[in-house]
Amino acid sequence: MSAFNAIGDEREIDRDEYTPGVEPQPTWCPGCGDFGVLKALKQALPEVGKTPEEVLTVTGIGCSGKLNSYLDTYGFHTIHGRALPVARAAKLANPDLEVVAAGGDGDGYGIGGNHFIHSARENHDMTYIVFNNEIFGLTKGQTSPTSPKGHKSKTQPSGSAKTPLRPLSMSLNAGASYVARTAAVNPNQAKEIIKEAIEHDGFAHIDFLTQCPTWNKDARQYVPYVDVQESDDYDFDVHDRAEAAEMMRETEDVLNEGTVLTGRYYIDDDRPSYTQEKKAVGELPDQPLAERYFDDDAEWERSYDLLERHK
Amino acid sequence: MSDDELIWRIAGGSGDGIDSTSQNFAKALMRSGLNVFTHRHYPSRIRGGHTYVEIRAAEHEVQSRGDGYNFLLALGDSFARNPQEEAYYGNEEIKPLSENLDELREGGVIIYDEGLVSEDDVEALNLDERAEENDWHVFPLDLRGLAKEHGREVMRNTAGVGATAALLDMDLEHIEDLMEDAMSGDVLEANLDILHEAYEDVNEEYEFEHDLRVPTGEHDTEQALLSGSNAIAYGAIDAGCRFIAGYPMTPWTDVFTILSQNFPDMGGISEQVEDEIAAAALAVGASHAGVKAMSGSSGGGFALMSEPLGLAEMTETPLVLVESMRAGPSTGMPTKPEQADLEHVLYTSQGDSQRVVFAPGNIEEAYEQTRLAFDLAWDYQIPVMLIYDQKLSGENKNVDIEFFDREPSPDLGSTLTEEELKEAAHDNSGKFKRFNYETAEDGVAPRSLPGQKNGRYLATGNEHSPVGHISEDPDNRVAQMDRRLEKLEAIRTELDEERDSTQTYFGEEDAEYGIITWGSSQGAVEEAVDRLNADGHSVRGLSVSDMMPFPEQEVTEFLESVDEAMVVEMNASAQFRGLLQKELGRFGEKLTSLLKYNGNPFEPAEVVEGYEVNVAEEEREPTAQVRIEPAAGD
Repeated sequence: MSAFNAIGDEREIDRDEYTPGVEPQPTWCPGCGDFGVLKALKQALPEVGKTPEEVLTVTGIGCSGKLNSYLDTYGFHTIHGRALPVARAAKLANPDLEVVAAGGDGDGYGIGGNHFIHSARENHDMTYIVFNNEIFGLTKGQTSPTSPKGHKSKTQPSGSAKTPLRPLSMSLNAGASYVARTAAVNPNQAKEIIKEAIEHDGFAHIDFLTQCPTWNKDARQYVPYVDVQESDDYDFDVHDRAEAAEMMRETEDVLNEGTVLTGRYYIDDDRPSYTQEKKAVGELPDQPLAERYFDDDAEWERSYDLLERHK
Repeated sequence: MSDDELIWRIAGGSGDGIDSTSQNFAKALMRSGLNVFTHRHYPSRIRGGHTYVEIRAAEHEVQSRGDGYNFLLALGDSFARNPQEEAYYGNEEIKPLSENLDELREGGVIIYDEGLVSEDDVEALNLDERAEENDWHVFPLDLRGLAKEHGREVMRNTAGVGATAALLDMDLEHIEDLMEDAMSGDVLEANLDILHEAYEDVNEEYEFEHDLRVPTGEHDTEQALLSGSNAIAYGAIDAGCRFIAGYPMTPWTDVFTILSQNFPDMGGISEQVEDEIAAAALAVGASHAGVKAMSGSSGGGFALMSEPLGLAEMTETPLVLVESMRAGPSTGMPTKPEQADLEHVLYTSQGDSQRVVFAPGNIEEAYEQTRLAFDLAWDYQIPVMLIYDQKLSGENKNVDIEFFDREPSPDLGSTLTEEELKEAAHDNSGKFKRFNYETAEDGVAPRSLPGQKNGRYLATGNEHSPVGHISEDPDNRVAQMDRRLEKLEAIRTELDEERDSTQTYFGEEDAEYGIITWGSSQGAVEEAVDRLNADGHSVRGLSVSDMMPFPEQEVTEFLESVDEAMVVEMNASAQFRGLLQKELGRFGEKLTSLLKYNGNPFEPAEVVEGYEVNVAEEEREPTAQVRIEPAAGD
């Protein structure tokens, strides 16, 4: 009997299966954009045929980190900035798991920035959702890496002297093979993008704009938004790296001016995922390593033969 | 000090092949039936700079590098960059000769490469005068010239080995065999020519007036020559570890490299990642998903692992971490050993954090305690750490090959199967009570793995309820904390009652005086204790491996049995002595410290001298670079 029978279980999945019983109720503030991510995920996961037990959601710290408390999958709520390295290893240990990592803009682009760059570079097969509300929420309103220049907060009372980070361009340049931006205020698009990201074979990065009604009252709340795929004003090929880069640059420029452009920015279906690359060089076993421990017939090599070279 | 042993020191520049040459020579000595022990000294540079390797070979067992040495092969530094006397690094070319003379024993033998080291430089050393005073036998040989004639300059190491063999009346057979294993074609031919010619030249040209000869010995069983890093890596393999993540840092890199090279062939995974935080976090992720995983680093890199270590503790993710110490603080001395990260490893990470820490004292212990570390980590869902150092990491010793002939143990300990999960307790929503304090035994609540049916739960670094939800409920907090604390007590009980002690004793049982040490200083202390007892003193030695949970009972009994004790460790702040006093709450008046922190490991004679100054109360300072820290009240 396999140790992982929940994986690949094909059946009709009810959205409610993703909601944990009565407890815990989300502790997010009324009007928080994070509800939008939770809802979109709850809709997307059953539609792509994933049962709660074959999904592992790995989160960082902050309001975003509580996502998997309210989503009834296997979950790992890690520490500030460290969701990605934990998620990457879980995927390598058991590539059959559907791994979704999530974090906030401070968590994912600030303290976890190094992990973000390298996870994208290596193109790990997972979905990474960054709740981008341009502020540190749970620590009560400090300037984040995506806060606009001049943004005033308790820790930068004279206004931030820093130019905000450009997550989409950064992700593309680091090597992510799927890059999109969506917003909590656009639930249908959000759901569709999450579905695509999960089905995408490689590192899928979603910069998810989530308004913070408590600490970012002055910020534009991402309304109105424009869907770049739906609008006639934008015509670019999401599979063309140069066109995608140009479109991202424009998007990131105008966000600071109050124009919210969302949609898919870059999709590379040809780039092999890290799992495939690592298998190709012979550094990842064909069968999930985690399963081997439950296989009574597995042959466990021991070090004794290695002693030959020490004689 | 024993007369029936050879301690051969080969000295040269980094990058000159000193390491590979010495490895082969040590193996040749082992194959000839001798016990061998190696000690490596090298600078933090790729090429150039003085480096040496010592090989101690004897018929009797050897547990340490020994005292000084009796045969010097000084090859010169071919990558020397600063030949001027006043240059920052000094005259590097001649350092392999000049830097090593102080520790050469009386009656010792010196070969130096006159092809590389100039006559003027040698004259400036007053070598003739010193040789006469110390009864040294000096053989200037043009090793470089000989190597050039038959092959390439770099083969002068081979010429040096050939000359060594001639001077010691050694058979070339084992050396030839090893060369044939390592090389082929023209390179092999050239090296064999050089080896023989050097051997014959020396035999023909010189009368040997020295007494030094290679000892003879015989092994009853087949031997393997391997390092502490090999032992840790092989222990991990045999414990079923198949995932390693790391970032390079000396000396931890050895274990990382050995596993990375072997894992692809045995279906394991190795990941070199962006930093040490990621490395330890990857090990946590892989373990969470169901693979026996490890990571590790050296002091500075381990500092970054503090947060994933705490995460593993709070989420109760089994994990093995190794910490290979080098001299600190900060970057310290990257290639020099020290035992000064003990407190760092015991207490890093926030909160009432809990871990198991073992400090193996020799190569066999490194293997056994690595296996034990994996057993305990997966049985008790707790991080287990191995703390060792650059010395144990890089020293080589022969071990009976049968020692390693054991079955692998890939058991995941307290991990449930799907069948078992069906029967386990769940809450109303169907979530598995992963952190169920009501049914836990010895603090352990069995776990599930992502992808298993009926096993869904949330792992979080926050305090959590039985199904893993974040909880600040006071009753739950106390119940969960008490449950986690219970594990260390249970582990201590298991170690005391069900397993062989990992502490090592030597010397007389009813001795008046105790010498207590930990980790890699064990070998030098063991030899010192034997020597003191042979000289009519009454000494018993104890080497402690369990740093946490501490073997309170064993150490108390030991300290009660002796009148006084000396604590030997390689650091400046007496960290292990501090731990003893913290754990035992007494014995302050009984303990003195012998501390060494100059970058070189203890030699047995230094421990003997420490005893003499301490106990015989000789009114003198020790001659070695050590410090004595008196007992409280002294």
